[in-house]
Amino acid sequence: MSPLLSVRDLHVRFPITRAGDMPWTKPRFLHAVNGVSFDLEPGKTLGVVGESGCGKSTLARGLIQMVPATGQVMWRGETDLLSLSPRRMKPYRSEIQMVFQDPLASLNPRMTLGQIIAEPLRTHRPDIAAKERRNRVAQMMERVGLLPQMINRYPHEFSGGQCQRIGIARALIVEPKLLICDEPVSALDVSIQAQVIELLKELQRDLRLAMIFIAHDLSVVKNISDEVMVLYLGRIMEKAPKAQLYDNPQHPYTQALLSAVPIPDPVAERAKKIVPMTGDMPSTMNPPSGCVFRGRCPRAQADCAAVVPEPGNGPHQVACIHPGPMQERELTTAR
Amino acid sequence: MSLLQIDNLSVTFDGEDGPVHAVNDLSLSIDKGETLGIVGESGSGKSQTAFSIMGLLAPNGRTDGSIRFGGQEILGAKPKVLNKLRAERIAMIFQDPMTSLNPYMRIADQMTEVLTLHKGMSKRDALAESVRMLDAVKIPAAKERIRLFPHEFSGGMRQRVMIAMSLLCKPDLLIADEPTTALDVTVQAQIMDLLGDLQKDFNMATILITHDLGVVAGFCERVLVMYGGRVMEQGPTEPLFAEPTHPYTRGLLAAVPRVDDEDATMKAIPGNPPNMAAPPEGCPFRPRCAYAGEDCRVMPPLAPFDADRARACHRPISEVTA
Repeated sequence: MSPLLSVRDLHVRFPITRAGDMPWTKPRFLHAVNGVSFDLEPGKTLGVVGESGCGKSTLARGLIQMVPATGQVMWRGETDLLSLSPRRMKPYRSEIQMVFQDPLASLNPRMTLGQIIAEPLRTHRPDIAAKERRNRVAQMMERVGLLPQMINRYPHEFSGGQCQRIGIARALIVEPKLLICDEPVSALDVSIQAQVIELLKELQRDLRLAMIFIAHDLSVVKNISDEVMVLYLGRIMEKAPKAQLYDNPQHPYTQALLSAVPIPDPVAERAKKIVPMTGDMPSTMNPPSGCVFRGRCPRAQADCAAVVPEPGNGPHQVACIHPGPMQERELTTAR
Repeated sequence: MSLLQIDNLSVTFDGEDGPVHAVNDLSLSIDKGETLGIVGESGSGKSQTAFSIMGLLAPNGRTDGSIRFGGQEILGAKPKVLNKLRAERIAMIFQDPMTSLNPYMRIADQMTEVLTLHKGMSKRDALAESVRMLDAVKIPAAKERIRLFPHEFSGGMRQRVMIAMSLLCKPDLLIADEPTTALDVTVQAQIMDLLGDLQKDFNMATILITHDLGVVAGFCERVLVMYGGRVMEQGPTEPLFAEPTHPYTRGLLAAVPRVDDEDATMKAIPGNPPNMAAPPEGCPFRPRCAYAGEDCRVMPPLAPFDADRARACHRPISEVTA
């Protein structure tokens, strides 16, 4: 089966101007996404994790031309989305929809719930009659767990979880094939977070949606994903099927990230071993030579500065020249 | 005598649509050197509890009950008394380190100000002490970096500066209100590790307010679970996590996915959090509780059970399942 989405060597660069720059000054670039490739099958979920500033949101925006990207984004093996003009891109926008992090900020405060959910239909399917449109909105509301009497209310009257349901309904009303969720639950309370994740999984199963699920919470990503990609400073560090990535991580960064996640169990949390990692993420403006993670890597050696490790091909990709599970002596006890 | 003793604290805000009861009848105590976690979702009243201790409630907030610190009543105390207390004995760190630091002042000036003002130190001594404290929170090249402005630090480093600043006067009690919520997990692990070390070194009592059960599990000796402005369950961390007896505590623990779990399962709690302007009658968790009955229309008292544990529930899980 050919993949729904096939991304090859995606790059996103932002030109940076600084005070004192002249028109002829050579522009400097912030390389936010650096050579990312992946395939996504219909009905599958790709989880994208990484710390803030690793380029996970920019990656999603690059795919749908919300920011200028280079490389290749093949849709159903037919069309390179990056080669399309905005006008020719439009039909594909109803196939790829997005759900955003801040549930309230992503809804227009002056539109009622009904108007918000109907708007994508008005834009992408103007041929649908008003009556049919109302029907579809009502069906979709029921689908995502919103009550019919809420249709004339405004976003500020809803809680965060309900707003996120509205955002999901708005994305799904045009029957997309791919849903990109950018931190959809990180602004929600724990008890509500689980509700939204359950809803997304149920909808995905019923509608055979492919999903790109971006989050910084590794436990949530583990719950929902089939495959997981770990980004650091715009590059893929490791990409593998879920079970392999979580049970047998090969990249020191993945190991450090996983070991830092707090476990809601006092016994396990206090006994766990963590991979020591110092400092903060370096600036994307001047990344280190060689492996971008080497400055914080407990395993870094001289040769890490010389070569940029490639993730390679195959199901389990690791961009590291000293991969492998952490040894006992490399770990420290949490507390 | 405990260091901090709160009895029957209630916090009410006068809103346009009538009063909002943010905290109801809350009692807690914390001893010297102890770590207490207050866990709850947004609107549960956990931050307002902390603000009442610090005397930082919004102007339309009213308090009732008693908060004693070292035997002295501090609820409704005069600003002069509170200022002295806040300077020398209680410190607080906040969620967003960028908004709690003054962006126009160099770190050196913000830190030395604390010491010259409250401890009457000379500028030079204050600077030396500030550098020592930045070293203690593991900021590299503290001597040079103390000359920088807050925006020149990363989020994790800013939180370290905040911690250093709060520890300058060697407080007896540190209140940390979601100190790592704005940070990445790797940085969160570093900060919690640091807080744990400092807490032991200075023998500070610490109240950690958070929504993250994992952070509490690693840091606190005792936990207080809040919902809808009330304490639902409290007790020592290990038994509370191992055998939660309040349906809300159990629901909360089941809703959090565990990264060390095979599928990281998460079980949702149905329904929405209560609207605090029009809270449900009786137990605030009643509309979402699978075990609720008619008797839950009357708020159950926080009743002690086992060793040092207490819960406010008519139908605790140990009894329902037994």
